[in-house]
Amino acid sequence: MNEFFILMKPELMITVIIFILLFIKLSGTIKNDLLLLIIQVLLLLNFLAAFFFNTSGILFDGMYHTDELIAFQKCILNFGVYLISLLFADWFMNTEHLSEFFLLMLSSLLGLDFLISSGNFLMFFLSLELATIPLAAMSNFDLEKKISSEAAMKMILSSAFSSGIFLFGISLIYGATGTINFTELPAQLNGNFLQILALVFVITAFAFKLSIVPFHLWTADVYEGSPIAATSFLSVISKGGVAFVFISVLYKVFQPMHEVWYNIIMLLSIITMIVGNLFALRQQNIKRFLAFSSIAQMGFILVGVSGNSQQGTSSVVYFILIYILSNLAAFGVAAAISSQTGKEKIDDYKNLYKTNPVLCWVMALALFSLAGIPPLAGFFGKLFLLNAGASNANYGFILFAALNMIVSLYYYLKVIRSMFMDKNENPLEKINIHPSTKFALIICSAGIILAGMLSWIYDYIQSLS
Amino acid sequence: MMQPGLYHILFISTALFFIGMYGFFIRRNLITILMSVELILNSVNLNFIAFNKYLWPDKLTGLFFTIFIIAIAAAEAAVAIAIIINLYRTHHSIDVDVAEELKY
Repeated sequence: MNEFFILMKPELMITVIIFILLFIKLSGTIKNDLLLLIIQVLLLLNFLAAFFFNTSGILFDGMYHTDELIAFQKCILNFGVYLISLLFADWFMNTEHLSEFFLLMLSSLLGLDFLISSGNFLMFFLSLELATIPLAAMSNFDLEKKISSEAAMKMILSSAFSSGIFLFGISLIYGATGTINFTELPAQLNGNFLQILALVFVITAFAFKLSIVPFHLWTADVYEGSPIAATSFLSVISKGGVAFVFISVLYKVFQPMHEVWYNIIMLLSIITMIVGNLFALRQQNIKRFLAFSSIAQMGFILVGVSGNSQQGTSSVVYFILIYILSNLAAFGVAAAISSQTGKEKIDDYKNLYKTNPVLCWVMALALFSLAGIPPLAGFFGKLFLLNAGASNANYGFILFAALNMIVSLYYYLKVIRSMFMDKNENPLEKINIHPSTKFALIICSAGIILAGMLSWIYDYIQSLS
Repeated sequence: MMQPGLYHILFISTALFFIGMYGFFIRRNLITILMSVELILNSVNLNFIAFNKYLWPDKLTGLFFTIFIIAIAAAEAAVAIAIIINLYRTHHSIDVDVAEELKY
């Protein structure tokens, strides 16, 4: 009984927070600022509690398993959600249904936590749905806005379609092997045609969730239409959680078929980087721009995934940590600007440096980190990803990925040029930043600078994986 | 009388899957698109039950999976219909062609 509470601690913590929020909601009206403070404190406690009592073990006959790496991955996701609760304080203050938004967000986080721990395709499917259905409701949170409902419609239809494809793949695996347990599956897989077909279906479903080309079409629309807090959750936390589980499914369950999936992943990675970069070049809206940049980043993550080694796991976990910090910083600046002025176009940022130098520096740090400029953390993240991918000795592929980094530099620098160098007589006015947003931006910037310098972070992840 | 074999059922379920996929891409009405998704999920249910009965009859994994799929499909349809109702309020139509503001 004790084991149950210790092993399932992250999920139980989130469930308790969900119930507390539900009781607060039911017990009557409460001011938004007090409620937000309560939520931030609860999420901070949740994040801090993730550091203690992490052991490995199995529950429910192998349906749920956990170890120290999984606990660390959950800790990263909790940290991201805590940052989101700080970053978008302006938006949270003005929304009418604050507690409902957090109920949805925490249910989705709960789904992701179960997803990372799942040891069985049934558990996997249930937690994947728990993670994605609330996301669609979150994208519809600006109820009166036309683009918000359009984004939610695209989100729910594409996620339902992808879960249909995923289930078809699982049913083929079940037919071919007779089991859906992650521990029993590898011994049964021999790479016959039916199993390859099933693998393709499963990878397709993951590609939908991770918005890998050619299944990325919903991404930019959903990012633009959703409220910015939902967009940032979708782009960092949900992508991060699915990427973690993608690695563990490919490396553990489909290990006997790694020659097959290596070719698929390489092909997907190449087209994802090309399409993500080319479309990001011509975007004018900052949210669409970040959407396509995140598609290109997913291409890079696939380079690390293709490594099929312990270094593959550790480099992807490390990169996701950095990606959360840098992308959240970029989204935080964009949200601070859009909530005060309503401007979301990159052209509106012209000469922003004259009025808001600090915001511009934070944005520049985030974008430089995403582009992979040393000495910021993003450079080390990409270096380790390429290093992990190079373990297959397929150097043409690695060279191609490195060349794509240069292309991506062009569009990141375009935003920075527009903020720092372009002439503009009347730039946007001085923007008042909410104190908690300021605090979160400081955490993000410090993380972007320090996560690359402090080598023990990567060493720690590598020792776990 | 001839008993239906595994291949008959697999043929039906695969046909259902592709009919659902066709409907998902061709239809313009959101409710019909949702029905196409349900067709896909039901084809998966048929697959699971057929595999369970004909190939692995000693354990009930496939049947349990099917029950969970039905439950999840209901939850998904509930959220999807809520979103479609909201789309109707903002756009005054449930045709996908009216939702055209987000484009490249």
